[in-house]
Amino acid sequence: MQKKVFQLLVDNTPGVLSRISGLFSRRGYNIESITAGVTADPKFTRITIVTSGNDEILDQIEKQVGKLVDIRDIKELKPGESVYRELCLIKVKASPTERQGVIAIADVFRAKIIDVCTESLIVELTGNQEKIEAFINLLEGYEILELARTGIAGLGRGIENVTYL
Amino acid sequence: MIGADAMVKCLEEEGVQAVFGYPGVAICPFYNSVLNSSLESILVRTEQNAAHAASGLARVSGKVGVCAVTSGPGATNLITGIATAFADSIPLVCISGQVNSELLGSDVFQEADITGAVESFVKYSYLVKNPEDIPRVFKEAFYIANTGRKGPVLIDVPIDVQNAQISKFKYPTDVNLRTYKPTVKGHAVQIAKVVTALNKAKRPIICAGGGVLLSDAEKELREFSNRYGIPVVSTMMGIGAMPTKNPLYFGMVGNNGKPYANRAMNESDLLIMIGARVADRAVSQPDLITNNKTLVHIDVDPAEIGKNVGPHIPIVGDAKHIFFDFVKYEIDADYSDWIETLNGYKKAMEPKRNPNPDYVDPAAFITMLSEKMEDDGIYVADVGQNQIWSCGYHIVKDGQFLTSGGMGTMGYSIPAAMGAKYAKKDKQVIAVCGDGSFQMSMMEFATMKQHGIKAKVIVLKNSYLGMVREYQHYTYEDNYSVVDLSGSPDLEHLAKAYNMPFIRVHNMDQAEEAIDKFLASDECMLMECLIDPMDLVK
Repeated sequence: MQKKVFQLLVDNTPGVLSRISGLFSRRGYNIESITAGVTADPKFTRITIVTSGNDEILDQIEKQVGKLVDIRDIKELKPGESVYRELCLIKVKASPTERQGVIAIADVFRAKIIDVCTESLIVELTGNQEKIEAFINLLEGYEILELARTGIAGLGRGIENVTYL
Repeated sequence: MIGADAMVKCLEEEGVQAVFGYPGVAICPFYNSVLNSSLESILVRTEQNAAHAASGLARVSGKVGVCAVTSGPGATNLITGIATAFADSIPLVCISGQVNSELLGSDVFQEADITGAVESFVKYSYLVKNPEDIPRVFKEAFYIANTGRKGPVLIDVPIDVQNAQISKFKYPTDVNLRTYKPTVKGHAVQIAKVVTALNKAKRPIICAGGGVLLSDAEKELREFSNRYGIPVVSTMMGIGAMPTKNPLYFGMVGNNGKPYANRAMNESDLLIMIGARVADRAVSQPDLITNNKTLVHIDVDPAEIGKNVGPHIPIVGDAKHIFFDFVKYEIDADYSDWIETLNGYKKAMEPKRNPNPDYVDPAAFITMLSEKMEDDGIYVADVGQNQIWSCGYHIVKDGQFLTSGGMGTMGYSIPAAMGAKYAKKDKQVIAVCGDGSFQMSMMEFATMKQHGIKAKVIVLKNSYLGMVREYQHYTYEDNYSVVDLSGSPDLEHLAKAYNMPFIRVHNMDQAEEAIDKFLASDECMLMECLIDPMDLVK
């Protein structure tokens, strides 16, 4: 089993996300995360899918997804040649005395405190998945009340192989 | 002009002659507009058969088959027919009426999320919300259905969209699909590799699948095979790509195929799979087709290549184009020793049957029938034991052999024969089914009588669901469960009820006279052959 990140450029048609996720579920492919958002041209949506499987499965994923009528382009975002970012929001239980400790950890990770209440605060962190995992691990001494992750979005580096927008 | 008029106009622009379907309120605006058009509406007796009939029409005419049904149960009844067409890559455009678009999602009467339901077995689907989109959607739908790897496309049109005024109707001349561009022409480097491999090979063989027929490449295949003396086997969907009696043809492969065809494929040193999926029933042991040989896999669908087996030389492209490119090369090789070996296998390994003389022997009967059929006759096999006997013993001359291969949908033959006969009125079209599959679509006799479609039907009657009985014979030591078909109607009375001529054949002594009479009739006719209930295909 290996992990792969695919970047898709798709026509922004109704139901396109359901066509893609439906394909993954009926053929038994894994989705670790999927993110979608409109591109600079509102006709298109860019989707980043993190998936895993053996070589044959990953090859089939690329071909079967590429075959869907709405998909304009699919390519692998290779780790060395791409950047991945994920946004994570974490609500931590922190009494006024504990608050400084959380803020100190957040500072190290250049995370932002975006909400403070008497008994909790919300931290926003952007980074690659390893950074987010490390941050969550460091917060183990505190009680994490809620956590929301977006899944990664990615782009290839450089100007080669740019699939427009 | 309203949306429904535009839908009908689109079909006329596409050269559609007939729509198989079943009306209901949600598709009534469309069926009202059809009255003022050149289209003929064929009223099937259940929606599933509308898709099968459209499939039969598509397969004999090369055009897109069209069906139109109402929302809710009309649409859901169509699903099996759509899935059947999808499994065999048959181009259909299926139109479904839908409830008022403002009520979508509120579970009103006869609402079903049909685009969601068919998602996994359509090539594409549309839910039309803006009536001005109708011309573009129809143009795209026909294009998608009949290009690349063909398949069904569904267009769901809410009733208010059908009734809405549209400002002006202009049918697009071109399709502008940024995201859909099938590869039809094979890569020149890959083609050259195959030619090199053919020059080196001692025992090459071509395995032709349904894709050869779908790309209308029979002539090119025969020319290629004949010119270089390369033997050919076929999958079930590829039957008819080569005439059965062509000296270079060695039968159907697979677990229900000819033993010598499988042996030929397994012992070859160069296997060219073209337009075939390497599906489980055709190739039960994928390692056998890669061991000690070079495997070339040619398909218009890149996702099929490498799905079930990893080829040494993959080529993405349309069969017709690929053969066209192949014959540009000279191949300097002589495979006559190999052909001689294969002829030896064929002689030694032809399955032997011990027919019961008290009944009609389906194998001998089917051979006799096909020899007497016109050269360009169309034979439609159903699913079950009848299908396996048909595959094994029907002789294709210059005609076509149709069946539901991928999905194995019982009840396919009668409606498919009806669609085929509608499209090719001057050709002999004969459906051959068992008494189980017959009862799944016998209601279509009414459709054929109503519309003057004169396809003929042969029922191989054994009063069992024979294929399942055979499976229970081998797997459950003759503990038969739910396979007894007693209670079935007397077909002579049934034929009389439909005002159709009827012949019953009890044994092979009566077969020849019965077949002659059956083929001479110009009526929609029913023939019943009593076969040994205990007969086995293996």
